[in-house]
Order: sequence, then structure tokens, then C-alpha cells
Amino acid sequence: MSKVRVLVGTKKGAFILTADGKRQNWEVAGPFFTGWEIYHVKGSSVDPNRIFASQTSGWFGQVIQRSDDGGKTWTQPGTPPGESTTGPGGMPKGESNKFVYDTSDKTGKPLTTHQFYDGTQHPWEFKRVWHLEPSLNDPDTVYAGVEDAALFRSTDGGKSWHELSGLRGHGTGPRWQPGAGGMCLHTIVLDPKNQGRIYIAISAAGAFRSDDGGATWRPINKGLHSQYIPDPNAEVGHCVHRIALHGSRPDVLFMQKHWDVMRSDDGGNLWKEVSGNLPTDFGFVIDVHAHEPETVYVVPIKSDGEHFPMDGKLRVYRSRTGGNEWQELSKGLPERNCYVNVLRDAMAVDKLDSCGIYFGTTGGQVYASADSGDTWAPIVRDLPAVLSVEVQTLQ
Amino acid sequence: MTIRVLLPPHLRTLAHVNGELQLGMNAQPTIRSVLDALEAAYPMLCGTIRDHVTQQRRPFLRFFACGEDLSHESPDTPLPAAIAEGTEPLLIVGAIAGG
Repeated sequence: MSKVRVLVGTKKGAFILTADGKRQNWEVAGPFFTGWEIYHVKGSSVDPNRIFASQTSGWFGQVIQRSDDGGKTWTQPGTPPGESTTGPGGMPKGESNKFVYDTSDKTGKPLTTHQFYDGTQHPWEFKRVWHLEPSLNDPDTVYAGVEDAALFRSTDGGKSWHELSGLRGHGTGPRWQPGAGGMCLHTIVLDPKNQGRIYIAISAAGAFRSDDGGATWRPINKGLHSQYIPDPNAEVGHCVHRIALHGSRPDVLFMQKHWDVMRSDDGGNLWKEVSGNLPTDFGFVIDVHAHEPETVYVVPIKSDGEHFPMDGKLRVYRSRTGGNEWQELSKGLPERNCYVNVLRDAMAVDKLDSCGIYFGTTGGQVYASADSGDTWAPIVRDLPAVLSVEVQTLQ
Repeated sequence: MTIRVLLPPHLRTLAHVNGELQLGMNAQPTIRSVLDALEAAYPMLCGTIRDHVTQQRRPFLRFFACGEDLSHESPDTPLPAAIAEGTEPLLIVGAIAGG
């Protein structure tokens, strides 16, 4: 029988929520990595028992954790207890928490500074991993989006990491600047039909695309309009919050921008606004139904200054028309006095016949709908603030 | 000689140790040599106490020994005799900051 495993990252640890295909009775495991911020937890679609987690701390820096048994046990790949950091001949072995920007003369030369809040240039400084995206083809390959914004890749199961420096080096890097949450690469979307195509998004730089597996990159922000930057139609500088696609139609992208919900039908070459009748088009999450490529979900948030739902009512909005026409989904969600946020990595969908939708809040609730959003119920109510939600559909 | 080191609780969990840990040293201990030995024995701690590249102490961690804050000493300054003799531990302490 099918089951689902929901992977939840919070401000104070990770949790794993499991249920059978009915998604009514849930088991909650955790916390894992107690006391650490878990920015993201995501499983490999090639080997679902392989799960990667980003464990981070303002005190102790970045740690990568990996499980090969579906989240029961975890290790830091490449640095198990008691083993030396050097291998035969003194060569360093994998160091799973080591993210070092490429500064080589060949590829790293232009990668020294980016724009800071005050407009001056500021050196890139690694802070944490926001997002881990396992390869769709190889269980040992995983991508990491980091702050300060850069893309790293591991091809040895997370033991060692190497920057795909063509992104920072393609030319616009010195014009990127941090958003309120830092200058983070928070979204990585792999094209399931074209192994070479990768989409990423950075706050506050915008969206970028590679068509050669991450070697070279181009900005894809045409059509975005951001009133809060000096040139509202600039090539870069847009605060993109999240991008999602449906695997059957990977050229169609949906974006939740700082303000505005956007859509592209040509792999990001041109975007058009599809906010339509949303009560507010500010928000963080966006996702696509597992079986209906034109069905899209967002959680409208009041404004950039007030990160909570309109009127204290938590609502998911669903469009079955690929945007513009949005339907309020409220059954089972708080009707009053709800002032939580739903952060950019905190929504996911499962692949069961009746598609399940999941999202987590900064109030520690994880809500699930087993009927494509028609009705909702909390799986858990009192976790630490939720940073990320992913779901695995298991047979 | 054997040096005693006390890690903050989160790093003890990460290193799979309880309470103080002990490190064998061949020379006069310094902050740098103790951290080198610590990271060699517990590679999962690389990057958690000092930066991978710059080797700078992470800002919210401090080093104490014998009632003294050694955080701003040169990493190559010899540690007090009581540390070298193992009668006092080197304390690696996380700042009380944040919520």
C-alpha cells in the first residue's frame, strides 16, 4: 500500500511525519538534530531512503546530514565519528560541511564581491545552505543553494561540495544584493525532461537558467516588474520567492515573487502576471498539483511589512486555470486570529491519485489536504517554526 | 600529555561524546594545536568552531581556561600550564545570544 513521508525542517530540529495512503493517521518522529535550524530536508527520487538535511546554526555553522534508511539514522557523509579527515597519501577526504567559493584564476576571477544593502560592494561570505535538491537521476548527486548566493554540487552523496561558479561568474553577480533574509539561493528546480536544464532563484537577484548542467547561466527575469528597485524592469535585482513546475510540462513555470504571481510558458524567457483575483499577491510558496499541470497553489500573505494572512484567516488559493482565476480554500483552516507566515520552502505535494497538499507555518503547524486542497487538517500543531516541508510518496 | 576539552552541548552531540573529551598532545598546547588535534579526532567538528578557510574563531564561540578568556589571544600562544598538565579543561563556550 502506498504511504507518504513528510519531511519537516524547523527552527529547532527536523521531524518526519508518516501516514498510509489515506493520510488520516500520522506518526510523528523527531526531533532530529535538536536545537539546530534545519533549513531543508529532501529525499532522493531515485533512492527514497536517501534523505539529505541542511543543519545550520549561527553559533556552529553548517552541517550536512544524510540518511540512507529513510530517516531512521543519520550521518555526516564523509566525516563519520573517529575517522581521519585525510586519506592515503595525506589527501583530504570528503568534508561534508565544507562549502568554499571558487576563487580559481580560471573560473573564479570575477567572483569576489556583490552589492550590499548600502550599495557598496561586499565580499561573498558563506553562511548556510538554504535548499538541497537531489538529482533526478543519480542518488549520489545533490545540489545545494547557499547564502551568500551560490550553487554547489556534490557527486559523492554529500561528502564533498564544489561550486558551479558559472552562475556567480556569468556577469551580473556584482549587481546581486541581499533581501531581508539575506542573499540566498533558495530555489533549485531540475527539468525532468532535460538533464541539462536547471532553474534557480536568488533573493534579491532573480531567476536564472542553465541549459548545460550548471556550467553557464543566464538571467530569466524579463517581464518581472518590481516597483521597489531603481529600475523596476531590471535584468537582475528582483526578489523571486519561489518557482515551481509540473514535470510533464517543464517549460511552464510558476513564480511567487515578492509581490506578484507570475507564469512563463517558455522556460522563463518571458513572464506574465497571473495574480488575477488574489486578495494580495504577496507570498512565499507556490506549487503545482501532481496530476493537473494547470492547477497551482499559493498562500497569500498580507504584505511585505505584515507577514501574516489577510484578516487573520489562513487561506490557500488554488487556480485550476494556470493562474488569474483563483479559488479560496478554507475548509479546516483557521478562521480567525491566525498571524503565522508560510515560508518559501514550506509547501509540497504528494503523487497519490488524490493529490495531497502540505504546508507548514511559522506557528509550528503542518497542514495537510488529501483531496487537492478541498479540505484541510493539521498533522501537528505545535512544532517549532516550520522552515521547510517536503513529501515523499512511497510504494 | 593529555589535554581535557569541554565542548558546548550541541557540538558534543555532533561529535557523539558525553562530557569532557581528552586529546593526546605531543607539544606545548596552543589553541591552534588543540583545535588541530580536535578536528583530526572528530572530523565532523571541522568548520563548527573555526572557519574552514580563514581559520578564524566563529563569532559566537569563545575559549576559556583557568578563569581567563583566551578568545582574543593569538592562536599560537601557549595555553596555561594547568591545561598542559590536564588539571584544568579548555572550555569552548557558545555565547548566550539570540533566543
